[in-house]
Amino acid sequence: MTNSSTTLNGAPQPRPNRDIIISVRDLVVGFGDKTIMKGLNLDVYRGEVLGFVGGSGQGKSVLTRAILGLVPTRGGSIRIFGQDRDALGPIERRALEQRWGVLFQNGALFSGLTVKQNIQMPMRETRELSQHLMDELAMLKLELVGLGSDAADKFPSELSGGMVKRAALARALALDPELVFLDEPTSGLDPISAAEFDELIGTLQQTLGLTVFMVTHDLDSLYSICDRVAALAEGRVIASGPLETLLASDHPWLRAYFHGVRGGRLSAARVEQKDEEWKPAPTTP
Amino acid sequence: MTVAALQRPPKVTRQASAEGVRLSLSGDWTLVASQHLENEGRRIIDEARRDRMVAIDLSAVSQLDTAGAWLINRARHDLARRDIAVALEHVRPEYSTLLEETHYRAFEPPSRPRFNLVVALLSDLGESAVDALREFYRGVSFLGEFMASMIYVATHPQRFRFTSLVAQIELIGFRSVPIIVLINVLVGGIVAQQGIFQLLKFGASSYTVSLIGILVLRELGVLLTSIMIAGRSGSAITAELGSMKMREEIDALLVMGLSPIEVLIAPRVLGLIISLPILTFIADMAALFGGMVVSWWYGGISPVAFASLLKDAIALHTFMVGIIKAPFMALVIGLIASMDGLATQGSAESLGRQVTSSVVKSIFMVIVMDGLFAVFFASIDY
Ligand SMILES: Nc1ncnc2c1ncn2[C@@H]1O[C@H](COP(=O)(O)OP(=O)(O)OP(=O)(O)O)[C@@H](O)[C@H]1O
Ligand SMILES: [Mg+2]
Repeated sequence: MTNSSTTLNGAPQPRPNRDIIISVRDLVVGFGDKTIMKGLNLDVYRGEVLGFVGGSGQGKSVLTRAILGLVPTRGGSIRIFGQDRDALGPIERRALEQRWGVLFQNGALFSGLTVKQNIQMPMRETRELSQHLMDELAMLKLELVGLGSDAADKFPSELSGGMVKRAALARALALDPELVFLDEPTSGLDPISAAEFDELIGTLQQTLGLTVFMVTHDLDSLYSICDRVAALAEGRVIASGPLETLLASDHPWLRAYFHGVRGGRLSAARVEQKDEEWKPAPTTP
Repeated sequence: MTVAALQRPPKVTRQASAEGVRLSLSGDWTLVASQHLENEGRRIIDEARRDRMVAIDLSAVSQLDTAGAWLINRARHDLARRDIAVALEHVRPEYSTLLEETHYRAFEPPSRPRFNLVVALLSDLGESAVDALREFYRGVSFLGEFMASMIYVATHPQRFRFTSLVAQIELIGFRSVPIIVLINVLVGGIVAQQGIFQLLKFGASSYTVSLIGILVLRELGVLLTSIMIAGRSGSAITAELGSMKMREEIDALLVMGLSPIEVLIAPRVLGLIISLPILTFIADMAALFGGMVVSWWYGGISPVAFASLLKDAIALHTFMVGIIKAPFMALVIGLIASMDGLATQGSAESLGRQVTSSVVKSIFMVIVMDGLFAVFFASIDY
């Protein structure tokens, strides 16, 4: 939806289907004698928001971790920004790691640092900025993700679940990366915050040309900000493309996912509303 | 990242125009430029502060991120405060959204309480005194809780977790045997070597055997074992309980109506109490063996002579003095380790602090206990 050229007064939009930013080919990942990815293929295009869905325990987080290089792979190749990740030397790899931001499923904030220090950590380590500017940028990021300034000096153990998510997002966005990985960013947020979150991701994608790889179970996010959706089942991507393609698919799991009790209610409502008007979903009642 | 490595460094170019000044921004206004970006942001203000009207032209900005947008907005705000009219020109639509999102807002710095060195020093001193007392109080109350749960377990043996106890005995006792044997053989050997070397001056080197026997059995065996176990198992217990506390696993136990003392701590402390005397016995034997080998090889005392000299030098109570102390040492190590583990706060740093404090405190307490026992045994003439 958001990649339509009618947004933002005809601004030049980052056009998908051009530049491939992540390309995963025949990926095999396993633990012990259990194989989780069985020859998985996936492309992520520059400037798009890719929603990644799949049943719980199907390996969405494992795939994210494999792309990030946190889980050893058993086969296949992963290319990021056009470079083969396994062929990179340590220096190139560090340069690569500064171009992405990651929001882990459980936040993974540094427990010994305050929220503000958590956000400043990547700035402090990789950029040379004055403390004053770092403070301002950290507070700005906090405000963008919807956290008040009273959260800035709290430690992660003093935050609520949703606040952890937001603080972790602020940290993932600290360096304004080109690519962000979000593992279930809206789980644990109330619907209003989740909608604001979607809006923020949408804005950043349009203004910064951000590419977003988002694992989510939130059907609202899929409808409102994802340009494409990929579905994972049985260790493979069983379908990918615009949401409409997936909605029309005959795959039993996809049918159950989108046309089941919960999904069905939403998709019916969305498809109707989509014809008459379209705005970013969160603002429509 | 160095500025030289930047392809298009951010730049401010000044042109005087009819109505005021025109600042053209160019290059990548992104965080990649780090301090260069910050300097250029400051230059916007420096270049424009003496004029009445400023036009900021963004047409040549090739990239803009939130940091760049923030700096531009802050400069605009600063100039506006000096009554300088600022106009942005040639703003691309996507930049204008970004500039809107990052509009200037004042972040008040967190209020810091006033800091007075003398007051801080005194309050720290008072705090640590109160903490020490509180710690002691907590220790006693924890001991009470532990004893109460032991009595409960003794009256309800079916509630006791034997599997867990056996697992702890394996971890604490069985797996420590190699390192305990190794250090005690070495220490026994060193005591023997020093004894022979020093006592030779008086022609009394055969007393070395008494020295080894009494020193090892009464003191060294149990002390070395306790210190080793405090470092090895006490730290493990603290870390284990501490990380369970951090991840709310202890809370989960509590809300299930289970007592962490009964479920987690009793098996560990009992495991220690059972393991430590056995390890002490093994340590005694290892140290005597080390002493015997060195006496033979260095002092020419044959094993047979060593054995008969040892038999004359020690009695059962020499050995018992060491063994009796072991379970008390175990109790102290176990209680300190558990207490410190449960006192862990939310952060990884606090876990590290608790583990350190647990090991330091238990080694200290082991030595203090040993001293108390020495006084006690001397006064009852045992
Ligand atoms: N370190 C590991 N060792 C062994 N198995 C693992 C490991 N990490 C994940 N797994 C297994 O891999 C599978 C996929 O896990 P993953 O965390 O990717 O699920 P997910 O799709 O993210 O689920 P959810 O939606 O619940 O987060 C699971 O069956 C899990 O048990
Ligand atoms: Mg997951």
